[in-house]
Amino acid sequence: MKSAMTDRPDWRILQKVIVPVAGVLIGMIVGSLVVINKDRSLLMVLGRLFYNAAGTWSNLISSLVYTIPLGFTGLAIAFSYSAGIFNIGAEGQLQLGALMTAVVATSTAFSSSFIQVPVALIAGAVVGALWALIPGLLKAYKGFNEIVVTMLMNYIAILLVNYFLEGPMKAPHSFYPQTRPFVKTSWLQDLVPNSDLHYGFFLLIALFFIVWIVLFKTPLGFKIRAVGFNPEGARYAGIKVKRIMVLSMVVSGALAGLGGSVEVMGVYRRVAEGFSPGYGFDAIAVALLANLNPIGVFFSAFFFGALRNAASGLQVDLGVPISFIHIVQALAILFVIASRGLPRQFQNIKRRLRYGR
Amino acid sequence: MAALLEIRDLTKRFAQVLANDRISLTVGKGEIRALLGENGAGKSTLMSCLYGIYPMDAGEILIEGIKAHIGNCDDAIRHGIGMVNQHFMLINKLTVLENVILGLKEPRGPWVDYKGSGRRIKELSDRYSFCIDPLSRIEDLPVGLQQRVEILKILYRQSNIMIFDEPTAVLTPNEVLEFFEILRKFRDEGRTILFITHKLNEVMTICDSVTVLRDGQVVGNVMVRETSEPELARMMVGREVFLKPAEPSRDIRDIVLKVENLRVKGSIGVEAVRGISFELRSGEILGIAGVDGNGQLELGNALTGLAEASGGSIEVLGSSATNKQPAELYKLGLSHIPPDRQKTGLIMDYSVQDNLAIKEIGRFPYSRHGVISRKRIRVHAQTLIRTFSIRGCAPETRAKQLSGGNQQKVILAREFEQKPKLIIAVQPTRGLDISATEFVREELIKQRDAGAAVLLISTELDEVLALSDRIEVMYEGTFTGSIRGHTADPLEIGLQMAGRKKAGVCEESVGAAK
Amino acid sequence: MAGSVFAMMISQSFLASSIRLTTPLLIGSMGSIFSERSGVLFFTLEGFMLMGAFFGFLGSYFFGAIPGVLFAVAINMLIALIFAYATVTLAVDQVVVSVAMNIFALGITGALLRVVFGAHTNTLLVQRLDVISIPVLSSIPVLGAFFNQNPFTYLGFILVPVVWVIFFRTKWGLKIRSVGENPKAAESMGINVQRIRYISILWAAGFAAVAGASQTVGNLGTFVDNMIAGKGFIAFTAVVLGRFNPIGTFLTVFFFGAVDAFQLNLQAMGSHIPYQFPLMMPYVFTLLAFFAAGSRAAPKAWGTPYIPD
Repeated sequence: MKSAMTDRPDWRILQKVIVPVAGVLIGMIVGSLVVINKDRSLLMVLGRLFYNAAGTWSNLISSLVYTIPLGFTGLAIAFSYSAGIFNIGAEGQLQLGALMTAVVATSTAFSSSFIQVPVALIAGAVVGALWALIPGLLKAYKGFNEIVVTMLMNYIAILLVNYFLEGPMKAPHSFYPQTRPFVKTSWLQDLVPNSDLHYGFFLLIALFFIVWIVLFKTPLGFKIRAVGFNPEGARYAGIKVKRIMVLSMVVSGALAGLGGSVEVMGVYRRVAEGFSPGYGFDAIAVALLANLNPIGVFFSAFFFGALRNAASGLQVDLGVPISFIHIVQALAILFVIASRGLPRQFQNIKRRLRYGR
Repeated sequence: MAALLEIRDLTKRFAQVLANDRISLTVGKGEIRALLGENGAGKSTLMSCLYGIYPMDAGEILIEGIKAHIGNCDDAIRHGIGMVNQHFMLINKLTVLENVILGLKEPRGPWVDYKGSGRRIKELSDRYSFCIDPLSRIEDLPVGLQQRVEILKILYRQSNIMIFDEPTAVLTPNEVLEFFEILRKFRDEGRTILFITHKLNEVMTICDSVTVLRDGQVVGNVMVRETSEPELARMMVGREVFLKPAEPSRDIRDIVLKVENLRVKGSIGVEAVRGISFELRSGEILGIAGVDGNGQLELGNALTGLAEASGGSIEVLGSSATNKQPAELYKLGLSHIPPDRQKTGLIMDYSVQDNLAIKEIGRFPYSRHGVISRKRIRVHAQTLIRTFSIRGCAPETRAKQLSGGNQQKVILAREFEQKPKLIIAVQPTRGLDISATEFVREELIKQRDAGAAVLLISTELDEVLALSDRIEVMYEGTFTGSIRGHTADPLEIGLQMAGRKKAGVCEESVGAAK
Repeated sequence: MAGSVFAMMISQSFLASSIRLTTPLLIGSMGSIFSERSGVLFFTLEGFMLMGAFFGFLGSYFFGAIPGVLFAVAINMLIALIFAYATVTLAVDQVVVSVAMNIFALGITGALLRVVFGAHTNTLLVQRLDVISIPVLSSIPVLGAFFNQNPFTYLGFILVPVVWVIFFRTKWGLKIRSVGENPKAAESMGINVQRIRYISILWAAGFAAVAGASQTVGNLGTFVDNMIAGKGFIAFTAVVLGRFNPIGTFLTVFFFGAVDAFQLNLQAMGSHIPYQFPLMMPYVFTLLAFFAAGSRAAPKAWGTPYIPD
């Protein structure tokens, strides 16, 4: 169950925008402090970070490329959490989605991309949805804690994908665990020539709108959010809570699976071991920072996409370990979520000062 | 009687509300003092300050003439003050012994002294005929015994000043009599007893003196033998008051609800409703009385689709209503006032207008072609707010910011707007102040007169007596015998609520599983 | 094939590896019972075990094996203060904070590993705590495996009765249990709920450190990224399945350790099953066990932040 923000309008803007931004900044500063040494000062690290993120046109494009899978998975987590379910299995759903896409995308049976692309995308979404269906059913009908189930299923999914990439789906004559290259008719074409940015970006933007409209403008979204706030009260009001829970997990899984599909169809055009540096996990930070609102997810996904882009550049330039990203994410999440408890804590402290208790 | 406890000018403020306004009173040894007042008069706050739960803003507490500083519960306990709360502060999974000794500094050392403590608790229990086995778990004890565990807690700490907050709320009339016996023993031992209540008959029966509170202030300190119920009531409310019974129904018609041999399992798997059958007609109010925990909640839940019936059948207007989802039951014309506003009745984080529209959100006029129309939701909410005089909010205000009474009005507005044919009201006035309570009761009568069939499940015997055309008493999952309302005898009902048990027999009570 | 699998299962080496693999789960779960019983979800066990592994490794590199473990405990407790502040004082969502701390652990261990040791870390070895054989007892056939383990394992086994006694015979344990079941009632009896929860969290983090260190200082002698690989989640699940009490948790944890040993031995036996599937076994079994049992026994206030009036 989640709860809404405090109600005064100024608090709302504060919490939606300023707090997450501050959280990310604090995370960056602390993370940088951890990695500074004689070769790299705090200012150097921070400066390079910003430069790598968006300092040049091509850097900006790269950031947008990273934004895409994060956007999908961030939306996925935000969607399920709107119904009160914390889907941390996005990584597994994403990888399985990519794998299924490969089945379609390596096939020469299709004549045109108008058919093959949608089919490949749907394949990925369906697999992700199915993988998320299990924890969804268990949560809705048996009350099983979804964080344990999705977390364990992540490990299983990753191992499964690994198996397929080393075994049945391995490209012949390849030393590396990866599938055959995708046929051209299954590619998501480049948006900006000679870059990695692809049409999946438009799909993402479209999905943002769709998700936002569904959640806030349709009866279905109304019911989903009601369940997220108070499942018991929603049931009493006639909402079919179990169905809503399962539905939200299925959609969430589909979005995550789509994220995997889009990534491999647009950037790599094959599925190789380790193609996802953990997008499904990054997405947790993305969703939480965005206060689970689709509009916020867009900006949050960009922040973290830019961060990942910048950090991998930092690894090359200054030898900063990529784990730096996780420090930033963690501190940003902590800051955002702690700020929800701070107003009450201020009241407590004020009261203690005034009354001596 | 020498003064044991004196409170001078105690003041306590919560944000903008002045809960206790310069309250002064004096109580002696061996005296039972009632603290009488309405909901919100400040009785509980006053006692919470005395017991150290809240710090007071101003004032003094003197015990045996010496000023006492009470900053937390430990201080209070050290000064010999003990409190038995209205809502028990017991830990269900632990045993009686563990609950009693929890937090005690003596005996020193890390080990729990099971043997020694067990013996002492048994001694205390025997001395007052509590019939409690120290090793039984709280969750296995019936409510009446659980209260005795609370009393054991304060006895064990040798409290001379005992505070009881609405202690009879959970007791059957017979258990109340036993309880009063125990209180008399305490008084004769020289202890001081502070008895918080809003029930006038109890004050007259057991107490020696009364302090009446109204709106945070003391409006009177009288000896019981020098006053009367009407006078106390007048002091309590500030005007003439009598709980007027409702006009009996003039027009009782066809059967709306038919229940046959209904069985429902409770939360621990034991059957809570064990074969209940009854009929309810349009234009009548059937009141189900009984002490909390005899299956009423489960009955209400099964009738409204929130719990599964393990046997039997429910029929609403001829259609089967057994084990259907709430959504389907609403289509049949059923409406439900749940006992728990905050958990069940409303989505606290949603606005008032959203809560009002939630049951019909997918349908015209709230949404068209799959899109919600905020404007229509708002307009609809405004109409209902006006009709039901819901105060303290605009349509967009979040439900959690409303007072309890207004929250209940939102629920009523939503449920009654559709002129339901069957209303299941469970504890509809719990926690509401007098005007909100009157409002709810009047609404129920209004709906009844408009032809609805009303099932009223309530632990407030007065309420059931005043509103019902017919009364059933529920005890341990079954009905004990139908009674006509409006002329019913409270004592007779009380006996039935207690299952016709005789008072003071130990064997029945020891560690009895529910 | 079936015959050799059976023979493997009743061999002493299987028992030995089961015990060995159970160790981190056992220590981690015993510690986390404290936090869980006081009402604070310790889903962050994975992260604290990882940090324990790393800081144990780091400490052992600079100070030696035992000081290294103590170093890990100290650092973990320090970091746990952040977790405690967020979950107890600020009373925000315990699951989110746990997930954040897990991510933090990944970050801080990965980053510091490279910052301190540079890029080439796979060949680093630190001082380890070696196996201590108990004379006489360790030569008992089969069961002798119990007495031929490293100190971490002995600690883990001793913890089980110790934790039981603490919870069910001491005043301290009673306080923790009361806080986890009904913090309001506990508060009314004069117990400082927040203080109890803080201390329980620190306990849990400390033991998590030892559990993690058992992998680097007791086992491998080196640190690998994300080396706890989900064992913390398995231990967490074991506490839930073991109904939050030491005996049940011990049995559950031992079962999971045995599953892990089983899949390792299966691989070593040269079976034709691709290695990913045995590797999946611990997770699958944990899931199945979880489904079969459900979580009915949680302390009532589990996961609910307590907001005093």
